[in-house]
Amino acid sequence: MPKIKSLEELRKIREDAQKDLRIRTETGTRIIVGMGTCGIAAGARDVMHAILKELEHRDIEAHVETVGCIGMCAKEPLVDIEQAGKPRVTYANITPQMVSRLIEEHLINGRAVQEWAIGRLDTTKGIQ
Amino acid sequence: MRELSLHVLDALENSVEAGATRIEVGINEDLKADRMVIEIADNGRGMSKEFVARVLNPFVTTRTTRHVGLGLPLFVAAARRCDGDLVIDSEPGKGTRLTITFRHSHIDRAPLGDMPSALMAILLSERPVDLAYTHRVDGREFQLDSAEVRQELGDIPLQYPKVRSWLLETLCEGEASLRASNSND
Repeated sequence: MPKIKSLEELRKIREDAQKDLRIRTETGTRIIVGMGTCGIAAGARDVMHAILKELEHRDIEAHVETVGCIGMCAKEPLVDIEQAGKPRVTYANITPQMVSRLIEEHLINGRAVQEWAIGRLDTTKGIQ
Repeated sequence: MRELSLHVLDALENSVEAGATRIEVGINEDLKADRMVIEIADNGRGMSKEFVARVLNPFVTTRTTRHVGLGLPLFVAAARRCDGDLVIDSEPGKGTRLTITFRHSHIDRAPLGDMPSALMAILLSERPVDLAYTHRVDGREFQLDSAEVRQELGDIPLQYPKVRSWLLETLCEGEASLRASNSND
């Protein structure tokens, strides 16, 4: 079993993380995926997986979180992207195929993908 | 749902909604006995006997009893069409245990599917919850307890990108080791 080695890897990660975690949790990017029955049935798990792979592939550090049903079941899978000092944008009916463009335009180019967005929420995150 | 792992994810989401802080997930595939048993035990708020009796009926569940909806009736149907069943053992204030059985070789049994992603969806939940996962296939076994991982990490959250990658990788490797026909362990 590679378990012992794996736990050592965790210790290393912890050391690295402690140096810069504060900065990242306060000013970083948060991606939120709806994971209620409605979201799961619509493919939210695979969308989450695609997001994790895309972030790793492009070496982007962003927090990914899952939440329960928020009541817009017909629009699932729902993905919210929140960045410091910018409005939180909600995207609807996201598929794994859409993830690459979503990450590129929203996170890298800094522009929300208007035709997929269904709402925006003002946020005070990161504003002093 | 096309994969059993999606039913499992849905049941785990119920546990999270029920306020669970620790969920034990066991998948036992006994190919000789031709059985597959999935067990999900949480320390959430639990359900009354009356509620358990109603929870499998999709038309009785009300929207205000937020932590169960269509999910469990779908899971029951998936088990019953494979010579299996879903049994709920629950006590208010203590928690809930689901035991779901299948005939392993049944033609209608959906594949287990992508368990690592299903578990990740819960480990990345905004509400901190620990998963103790055990998957057995005949003699082989893979185990991961996120409480042990958290202990190593101290105050670093599971959502931290490098930890997240480590978790997904560890889960994928573990599941792959169960599929390997010639294990060196």
